[in-house]
Amino acid sequence: MAGTAVQRRLSWRLGEVVGLVEETPRVRTLVVTVPGWPGHRAGQHVDVRLTAEDGYQTQHSYSISSPPEDGQRVSLTVERLDDGEVSPYLVDEVRVGDRLELRGPIGGYFVWEAETTDPLQLVAGGSGVCPLMAMLRHRAAAPSRVPTRLLYSSRSLEDLIYRAELDGLAAADGGPEVTYTLTRERPPGWTGFARRIDRQMLAEAAWPPERRPLVFVCGPTSFVESAADHLVALGHEAARIKTERFGPTGG
Amino acid sequence: MSFISRGFRGRPRRSDEGDRLPPGQYLVSGFPVLSAGPTPRTPLGEWTFSIAGEVDRPRRWTWDEFRSLPTETVTKDIHCVTKWSKFDTVWKGVSVDVLLDGVETAAGYAMAFSDGGYTTNLPLEDVTGGKAWVAFEYDSQPLEPEHGGPARLLVPHLYFWKSAKWVRGLRLMSEDAPGFWEMYGYHMYGDPWQEQRYSGD
Repeated sequence: MAGTAVQRRLSWRLGEVVGLVEETPRVRTLVVTVPGWPGHRAGQHVDVRLTAEDGYQTQHSYSISSPPEDGQRVSLTVERLDDGEVSPYLVDEVRVGDRLELRGPIGGYFVWEAETTDPLQLVAGGSGVCPLMAMLRHRAAAPSRVPTRLLYSSRSLEDLIYRAELDGLAAADGGPEVTYTLTRERPPGWTGFARRIDRQMLAEAAWPPERRPLVFVCGPTSFVESAADHLVALGHEAARIKTERFGPTGG
Repeated sequence: MSFISRGFRGRPRRSDEGDRLPPGQYLVSGFPVLSAGPTPRTPLGEWTFSIAGEVDRPRRWTWDEFRSLPTETVTKDIHCVTKWSKFDTVWKGVSVDVLLDGVETAAGYAMAFSDGGYTTNLPLEDVTGGKAWVAFEYDSQPLEPEHGGPARLLVPHLYFWKSAKWVRGLRLMSEDAPGFWEMYGYHMYGDPWQEQRYSGD
């Protein structure tokens, strides 16, 4: 678990929202240009700080979904949590032209670099796909042809984030293999997986441990706990499984 | 305050949180989980706790030996660097003072080390004097693996990443050195009241 020291002061920067993408009924991507952005690696996150007129401030962390290749344009994909404080503002209130205070990038462990040659296995639950999307976009932009699989669990087809883009990446020459599982609602004629991720599904749809993939798992806590336990039981090395949890922590 | 987020009002302010909630934190009722890899599951028969590094002689306890040490039950507020805080959490554990009792050392720092390879650094004076425990019960129940069981460090006056889950020992050091998250840019000390989240804060 060795890492490289990143001892650099993180200061707040004022970005401008230049684009909004309605990804699903509950999820929106904010494209923010951040002057002086020092660059990031695929998988890192930022802290967003909101300030009310009376000076009250609150902060929340969001994964960056854009690749390093986008330079000073940083995309944050945010799911609205109805009891949250930051996410309803970002999903429902923010308009193009608004400014947003953020600082980062933060985190250096849950990152993937396109120079890596090991097969890549991504396992996403819900909006946990966001940092993994940064990795897939980084892979496409580099470009890297590292054998890559994404197993993505979603409640329904309509809740799949980046579906058109993922399908496009998967169809491209040398693109990743993308497998969806829909846990609650399926469209008529759906022939794909239709249950929560389990050991059998990981055995069928993920790289086998013999391929020694680097594994990134991101989603809600229970999803990550379960998927990581199954991967270890299947024979994947614990040290090659990196996890990030989107707990029910408000926001 | 120069910048205001247009249209942001925030939650109604709660006066009762005021002096207990460090800056930038919000209160949760659940118990979120954060860790960098799969949850390790070490059988209790293989579990030990060690005091190592710059000490007169290393010490080591098996699980049964550790559980025969005197325990304390403490109620503490905890604060995670990911912004959540939780009030009045109840833990049972062994005070680090008990584990270091009689240890002769000139060290000023400790590196907590855990199953799975996690480490975090702390000044020795922040884990002694009734400020830190190796906790094995949460809310009167054995500590669940996802929350760090069988035992985790509890250092509630610092951000919670310093309370290493699955802790297996302390390595005493004469000089400070970064642990796992500290190497990735998190603060070397991590005082929530000073909002020391990241290096340079």
